[in-house]
Amino acid sequence: MEKTWNNKAWFLVLPMLVLVAFSAVIPLMTVVNYSVQDTFGNNVFFWAGTEWFEDLLASDRFWEAMVRNLIFSFIILAIEVPLGIFIALNMPKKGWGVPVCLVLMALPLLIPWNVVGTIWQVFGRNDIGLLGYYVNAFGIDYNYVQDPFDAWVTVIIMDVWHWTSLVVLLCYAGLVSIPDAFYQAAKIDGASRWAVFRYIQLPKMQRVLLIAVLLRFMDSFMIYTEPFVVTGGGPGNSTTFLSIDLVKTALGQFDLGPAAAMSLVYFLIILLLSWVFYTVMTNYDAER
Amino acid sequence: MARIDVNHIRHSYLPNPKKDSDFALKEVHHVFEDGGAYALLGPSGCGKTTLLNIISGLLHPSHGKLLFNGSDVTRLSTQERNIAQVFQFPVIYDTMTVYDNLAFPLRNRRVPEADVDRKVRETLDMIDLAAMANRKARRLTADQKQKISLGRGLVRSDVNAILFDEPLTVIDPHMKWVLRSQLKQLHRRFGYTMVYVTHDQTEALTFADRVVVMYDGEIVQIGTPAELFERPRHTFVGYFIGSPGMNVLPVALEGKTAMLGAQRIELPGAPKAEAGPVELGIRPEYVRLGREGMAVSVSKVEDVGRHKVVRANLEGREIAAVIGEDDEVPAEPKVRFDPAGINIYADSWRVEMGA
Repeated sequence: MEKTWNNKAWFLVLPMLVLVAFSAVIPLMTVVNYSVQDTFGNNVFFWAGTEWFEDLLASDRFWEAMVRNLIFSFIILAIEVPLGIFIALNMPKKGWGVPVCLVLMALPLLIPWNVVGTIWQVFGRNDIGLLGYYVNAFGIDYNYVQDPFDAWVTVIIMDVWHWTSLVVLLCYAGLVSIPDAFYQAAKIDGASRWAVFRYIQLPKMQRVLLIAVLLRFMDSFMIYTEPFVVTGGGPGNSTTFLSIDLVKTALGQFDLGPAAAMSLVYFLIILLLSWVFYTVMTNYDAER
Repeated sequence: MARIDVNHIRHSYLPNPKKDSDFALKEVHHVFEDGGAYALLGPSGCGKTTLLNIISGLLHPSHGKLLFNGSDVTRLSTQERNIAQVFQFPVIYDTMTVYDNLAFPLRNRRVPEADVDRKVRETLDMIDLAAMANRKARRLTADQKQKISLGRGLVRSDVNAILFDEPLTVIDPHMKWVLRSQLKQLHRRFGYTMVYVTHDQTEALTFADRVVVMYDGEIVQIGTPAELFERPRHTFVGYFIGSPGMNVLPVALEGKTAMLGAQRIELPGAPKAEAGPVELGIRPEYVRLGREGMAVSVSKVEDVGRHKVVRANLEGREIAAVIGEDDEVPAEPKVRFDPAGINIYADSWRVEMGA
């Protein structure tokens, strides 16, 4: 059949293009617009070129927030993934315990971010907070408002409390999909508890674990609300992660240019990481 | 190798079984002789797999005892019983190579690596996967995976018994035949005690020396393939074994004669009187179609290749007869029952016939 060559097909994509334009491209373009201009108010803008980007990449403040953020992500992954697997392995597979455990596990996930922040903000206070008061009563000097280490501990425990459930639920879904025959065969083959985990459960959880790591990494890399509510990024800048830093720059100091440059760089980093994960996952699927 | 005594075993999946129908296994009392090849035959849900899992220790029976060579193993775990079992669907360890999959049961038991290698290579040759030894197991096809499962069952030579739970379900018909004869050969060579669960009568009859037919949680008959065919102890065995199954017709007894409606059928002997509804069972292979005997109306003739199956109506009852491939159905068809093939059943159980 003769093919007709024209551009009419574009009309078919048009509605979607318009939608995406309004929801993503146009807002993003305004950010690009800010990132290459300077303003002294009154809606007067001057061309700044790549100045903001150069400043940003040369600024210690940005890199410190980045390193803090990476360390944070690494720590919570190192805790949440093994802990999540451990809890999932010990959850009941049948009986009345299943719904009870699932509901308990899902509870933290249902609480809005800023409420989680508020809960821990109060919980950790050493005058009226249950946790803060008793930790101090036991003679441990704990004060997340003044001590950077205590602030980090609080933020990390809060994230573990909030998000380990996600890893648990994903792993649990992977675990219950393993047919009984595998466990029976393992018994027949004389496999130890460790061998069952290593050769049956872990391989079956691999896919969901990959997704869990991806989700947790992305989320923790973009974390904002909870630490903002608890510590406000302090004491000093000790818990100022990238997004908190960004908001401080944009709304606190009203430096729209540098903030726009920062959000673009931030966006590119996330895009890059998503691409890396996507590639790893699709390669992994192709290999199967 | 071991002799397995199944001593009055009952099993229920319910916590507090009361009625007979609460039991998946009503009462099984049987001895699997050392080195025997047994098939457990029966329809889905008759308790075959339950019995198998009790022998391997994956299940512990509610009542009764299990003995291996005379010693009680009822409460021992699967590992302690040293049993091999192959399941219906392939179970492979995804991340391991074919070789490591087969080595797994041996390595778990701390067999020296030299022996592991020897045994694994032997088994690989047996299941015809030697060329794929170093491939990742998860890339294989379903029947290759099932061969690995089989191989893992066969790789240990010191096991008390090898149990097969419908192992050839996922295998191609052609390959089924090859594997089955290989199993049979293995049995002859090494004298393993083998118990083979299946709902496929051909599989059971070709594999086993003795077939154990189960129905509704009970063993209804144990016998050689010929016994099951000629003298089914229960009408269920008659229906279940043979293709088509046995014709079972309600009759009234009068000494050495069975009355089927208006027809009189001479029996080889007088059945001992028993309570319950009386039925006459005759295999289609013993129904002679010709010009004399009881008049029937033929409803359909199925040509199944080697022979023909004639479906006919006798006194308002459907019966089947088997005739030769080249035989024709006569114009006014009549049937005779060969006395050698007649069995009488009272309340579904076979009764002996006297002289």
